[in-house]
Amino acid sequence: MLKKRIIPCLDIKDGRTVKGVNFVDIRDAGDPIELAKRYVKEGADELMFLDITATIEKRKTLIKLVEKVAAEINIPFAVGGGIRKVEDAVLVIKAGADKISINSAAVKRPQLITEIANQFGRQCVVLAIDTKFDKGNWWVYTHGGSRKTGMKALDWAKQGEQLGAGEILLTSMNKDGTKSGFSLDITAQISEALNIPVIASGGAGEKCHFLEVFQQTQAGAGLAASIFHFNEISIPELKNYLKEHKISIR
Amino acid sequence: MIAIIQYNAGNIKSVENAIMRLGYDCMITDNKQAIQKADKVIFPGVGEASSAMQYLKERDLDKLIVSLKQPVLGICLGLQLMCKHSEENNTDCLGIFDLQVRKFPPKDKVPHLGWNNFSNLNNSIFQDIKTADDVYYIHSYYAETGQYTTATCDYIVSFSAALQKGNFYATQFHPEKSASIGEQILNNFLKIQL
Repeated sequence: MLKKRIIPCLDIKDGRTVKGVNFVDIRDAGDPIELAKRYVKEGADELMFLDITATIEKRKTLIKLVEKVAAEINIPFAVGGGIRKVEDAVLVIKAGADKISINSAAVKRPQLITEIANQFGRQCVVLAIDTKFDKGNWWVYTHGGSRKTGMKALDWAKQGEQLGAGEILLTSMNKDGTKSGFSLDITAQISEALNIPVIASGGAGEKCHFLEVFQQTQAGAGLAASIFHFNEISIPELKNYLKEHKISIR
Repeated sequence: MIAIIQYNAGNIKSVENAIMRLGYDCMITDNKQAIQKADKVIFPGVGEASSAMQYLKERDLDKLIVSLKQPVLGICLGLQLMCKHSEENNTDCLGIFDLQVRKFPPKDKVPHLGWNNFSNLNNSIFQDIKTADDVYYIHSYYAETGQYTTATCDYIVSFSAALQKGNFYATQFHPEKSASIGEQILNNFLKIQL
């Protein structure tokens, strides 16, 4: 039976994880490789690296990091942030990433989804959608959530699937950082409407939030960052809890 | 020396990394002599069937692969290309396994993406592996089951998770991305003595 995936997300700036971690046996808390290895050992099903570095010069640091991650870990990982054209995706994939995640650039030029899917297959393309509920609808935001678009999240997700996305990473901006649980309504809507897997993101603060999202929506994965970094939820504990509640878990 | 066949497919580097972590020497190459001389050959792949077959044909690698005598392991698209025909852009493939590769009917999420287990394990590459163990799959097409099927997986349909015929082995899942279980399977393959 296909398992629900638990995906820790590492925010990367200048080749380092931005949020610190308090794992006692990690010498360098900011070293994304050490953190990634720890997560693999703990049973993470996949990893997401989100580069928040702005400049092109710093992108070289990211490529080096991707190469190191690929050499060290034996589970799939996706890389996102700043991928604006096919050439950017080529560099990241060649360095060893299994998937790339695109967000603002795909909104600006939807054809980018198709171009990357044609070159590497749709399974390589994760369409990241940041969405916020406002005036009765879930709207798509870009540029790290700073710019509102006129598109509704469900419409954009459907269009993304048609254009060749292999997966949707759906982040609820209303819930992100609140630790009050995933946005179940929009996650359910999109995961039911689409035939590609959806990763739920934004709002996880407790183990029961993952249970809710897997019981009440068709999301195939749950993603979180700081609650794993700060060891507020340990991955083995979370997975045992979900197994006890009959969720199909590796 | 382990040869990893280079062609226009995605993430081949992961396979090289995995083999190196197991302590073997390997090279990514499309050089025919190097492939012929290798102790083991890996035919990896993430990509699209017709363009991959075209690339192989242009370099006569299609004829080379079917003529190899050492253990060969096809992974993911590699497995599908070792079958007879793929529905993906109606592609004639290598025909090592007399099987059809079909698109998953849209009765559940496609691609079949994530960790899933297998059953009916029946092959030396599955030594010390249990049916409850999970491996990583990511594919929209699948090979039917048949006489060469050495493991099956159930997702929408029951399909070939692994195949073997003589020196040709293949897995639909990615052993190089399947944590310690995958490493064990890869290691079992690398230890095969014909």
